[in-house]
Amino acid sequence: MTASSGAGSSAPVALSLQHASKSFGAVKALQDVTLDLYAGEAHALVGENGAGKSTLVKILAGVYQPDTGRLLASDSDELVLAGPAAAIAAGIAIIYQEPTLFPDLSVAENVFVGRQPLRRARLINRRAMNARVNEIFERLGVTIDPDRVARGLSIAEQQLVEIAKALSIDAKVIVMDEPTAALSAAEVDRLANVITALRDHGAAVLFISHRLEEVFRLCQRVTVLRDGRWVLSQGTDSLTVDDLVRAMVGRDLAERTYEPHTRGEPLLRVERLTREGVFTDVSFDISAGEVLALAGMVGSGRSEVARAIFGIDRYDAGTVVLDGKALRRASPSAAMAAGIGFVPEDRRQQGLVMGMGIGRNIALASLRRLRHLGLLLPGVEQRFAADWAARLQLKYRRLSDPATSLSGGNQQKVVLAKWLSRQPELLIVDEPTRGIDVGTKAEVHRLLVSLAREGIAVLAISSELPEVLAIADRVAVMREGRLVGVLDRDEATEEQIVAMATGQAAPAGLLKATAL
Amino acid sequence: MEPDTQLSSVASALAGSDGAPGAGPEPLRGRRIGGTLSPLLRWETGLVVLLIGVVIFGLDTSSAFTSDSYLFSQVLGGQVGEIALMTLPMALIIITGEIDLSVASTAGMASSLMGYLFMHHWSIALIFVTVLAMGAVAGAFNGFLVTRVGLPSLAVTIGTLTLYRGIAIGILGANTYSTFPTFWTNIGVNPVPGLPFMSWAFLIFLVMAALVGIVLHMTPLGRTLFAIGANREAAQFAGIRVKRTKFMLYTFSGVVCAFVGILLTFRLNTAVSNNAYGLELTVVATALLGGISIFGGKGTIVGVLLANLVFAGIEGALYLTTGFNESAFPIVTGGLLLASVLIPNFPELRRRAREAVHRRRRLHGAAPSVEQGVSR
Repeated sequence: MTASSGAGSSAPVALSLQHASKSFGAVKALQDVTLDLYAGEAHALVGENGAGKSTLVKILAGVYQPDTGRLLASDSDELVLAGPAAAIAAGIAIIYQEPTLFPDLSVAENVFVGRQPLRRARLINRRAMNARVNEIFERLGVTIDPDRVARGLSIAEQQLVEIAKALSIDAKVIVMDEPTAALSAAEVDRLANVITALRDHGAAVLFISHRLEEVFRLCQRVTVLRDGRWVLSQGTDSLTVDDLVRAMVGRDLAERTYEPHTRGEPLLRVERLTREGVFTDVSFDISAGEVLALAGMVGSGRSEVARAIFGIDRYDAGTVVLDGKALRRASPSAAMAAGIGFVPEDRRQQGLVMGMGIGRNIALASLRRLRHLGLLLPGVEQRFAADWAARLQLKYRRLSDPATSLSGGNQQKVVLAKWLSRQPELLIVDEPTRGIDVGTKAEVHRLLVSLAREGIAVLAISSELPEVLAIADRVAVMREGRLVGVLDRDEATEEQIVAMATGQAAPAGLLKATAL
Repeated sequence: MEPDTQLSSVASALAGSDGAPGAGPEPLRGRRIGGTLSPLLRWETGLVVLLIGVVIFGLDTSSAFTSDSYLFSQVLGGQVGEIALMTLPMALIIITGEIDLSVASTAGMASSLMGYLFMHHWSIALIFVTVLAMGAVAGAFNGFLVTRVGLPSLAVTIGTLTLYRGIAIGILGANTYSTFPTFWTNIGVNPVPGLPFMSWAFLIFLVMAALVGIVLHMTPLGRTLFAIGANREAAQFAGIRVKRTKFMLYTFSGVVCAFVGILLTFRLNTAVSNNAYGLELTVVATALLGGISIFGGKGTIVGVLLANLVFAGIEGALYLTTGFNESAFPIVTGGLLLASVLIPNFPELRRRAREAVHRRRRLHGAAPSVEQGVSR
């Protein structure tokens, strides 16, 4: 992999993160990552979901402290950010995708909240405050009335207020975490001008985005993370979109152990499913014995479609048909009765009752079936749970231990056991291997494929493309709430999926950067 | 689908995982929870010890403490059984992470309605049915506002606490009705035949506690209550009908409270709109002392039973103490309630204090610290 870290810029370093690592339990979110931000430069941070971008942002924000590594200020002094207040004091401002302003305070009050300029008798000097805010907005080239209340501002305007706040504290480093995700094209143009203005005033901007064309348009330098590791830092003028996609995806795509199979009659048919503002006109089918992967960026509506099929969320239009029968809307119990199992995205919050015992978690979806004369006898439940724990090779001490006592991989096995023990016809798995170790990951992949070969239909949602390619018979790709295409096994490559998911319509090989 | 082939395939798929790292034993993380005894069990053990202490204290004060007549008149009689009955639905509701503060007002409203219907010479069977149905409607209204409208139960039931008391006043006004049939009023003043220390209300409580205990601890429904309280979202994702279950619990609570209203009207031989006034906090306090977690998801009916006995015993024992000022009784119950909330949180409080110390050390230990960042 080509890399030229740090070299090439004559501008002074505004902030330098050196060899930072951060783990959460067994999960290494960030490993030995180095990032230099230069004054007057916009620096893009890109990577697949789970590459470690948000962990890095949280370290800069003072929310997380790195396990190892250092953060150096422009004068090469080490910064220890004990909390968000320390990060602000050190001149680092974070602009989140959806800022949280005080809706009932004025724009100017939001900019100066907690440190309003005062006049005699400790009263707020409103005139001075508004004048300063106007001056900042002028510098940014935007017009927002500092006297209006924040309620009703668009997300783009709220971000501008946050940026004004950053400038009012004289921030030297401004981190924008996916600021454009919710913006219209015109608003993105305005943000581009603001970023130029920030650079002109010597600020270092760290810009995080899934949209690669913006990276080339707005940023002079780009850093790619993959699996929590640093991959490259380079000037955008010497890269193409293609280079970037390859760097993000990165791995050897060689090993695939795929046995083709013949597709039978569709078991699940999803027709023109729509939930307003979330996803639109999504249609696909899955046949028994098949793994269909639903790919796309976070926020593209993948999980939401799955939740609607299982009945957690209501949908506004369309139908879900399983085995020829239309499924009742918004009823998980009806979905379960029809034969659907659902391993949700957030294991700790949705998949498990963490404080409850392992055995009870396994039995939670099968309680009615375990009844004898209406009673739930401990022995019956225990045997049932022990049986399934053994089938999934769960490592545990006692079934009565709470789910918190297990590692991430074993927790996921508990969730899988809970649903497999119901003998589902359709198993939906949302990020089935998120945050679990490599070995268990492979185990889960083998399990899903073999379940399909036994005749279960599997709908798998994953942000990890190697996982998608390892298990899927077909890949449906979503972008911004729409299904943009279904790829057969043979056509599906990581580049192709990324291109479809990010809106680079042309095949990956033909993409050329529109570098500034 | 053939279940057996599916199962065997799962097993074989996993058995085929040869030398993959995941196949080896993974390190077990997390803390072990107290040996073979669960913390809940230990909570009940504490209550048993407390109860024994109360009995010893009572006997030490006067040997009359355990006499049949004293037990009946001052310990298990009076309103003790009625409060205890209301702690059962309260325990279930708190386990699901909600609360019902309208219990006493519902009982008061039942009492008023009963007086009104007796005044109008309804048949007694019809009166019972009507009053219990009114309880069901009152509970269902709470449940509707909490589950379908989605309002916080604390706010909803504070509202209906006042509303139902207002309806009670509306039904009966300043009137009282005190000429109930002796056959019925006797159940409040006489002990259960053959059990000279036992009031009818407390006996009914014991029977119902056994039933509720079986439902809570030994049926799918009971298990879902714990799951809802411990993690509402995960319960929903497991196909549990969270809203419907909570709605049912509130309705059940309303019926039980209306029944309590009937019992206490007979015991006092008086239907009046302020019957059962202010009992809701005693009911909540008893449930919490019984080890029902205010955060939901934890608790046992055995604990609730013990807490009822402890409160009844303390009150009975204190009355025997010469010179004991009755107004000090709330101090004792309040103190017990605070202790019951504090004690289970001790490990957590200690951990937090330790972490704060650790963080401070780390900060002061690290060479150039934030202060320099500020001074720029």
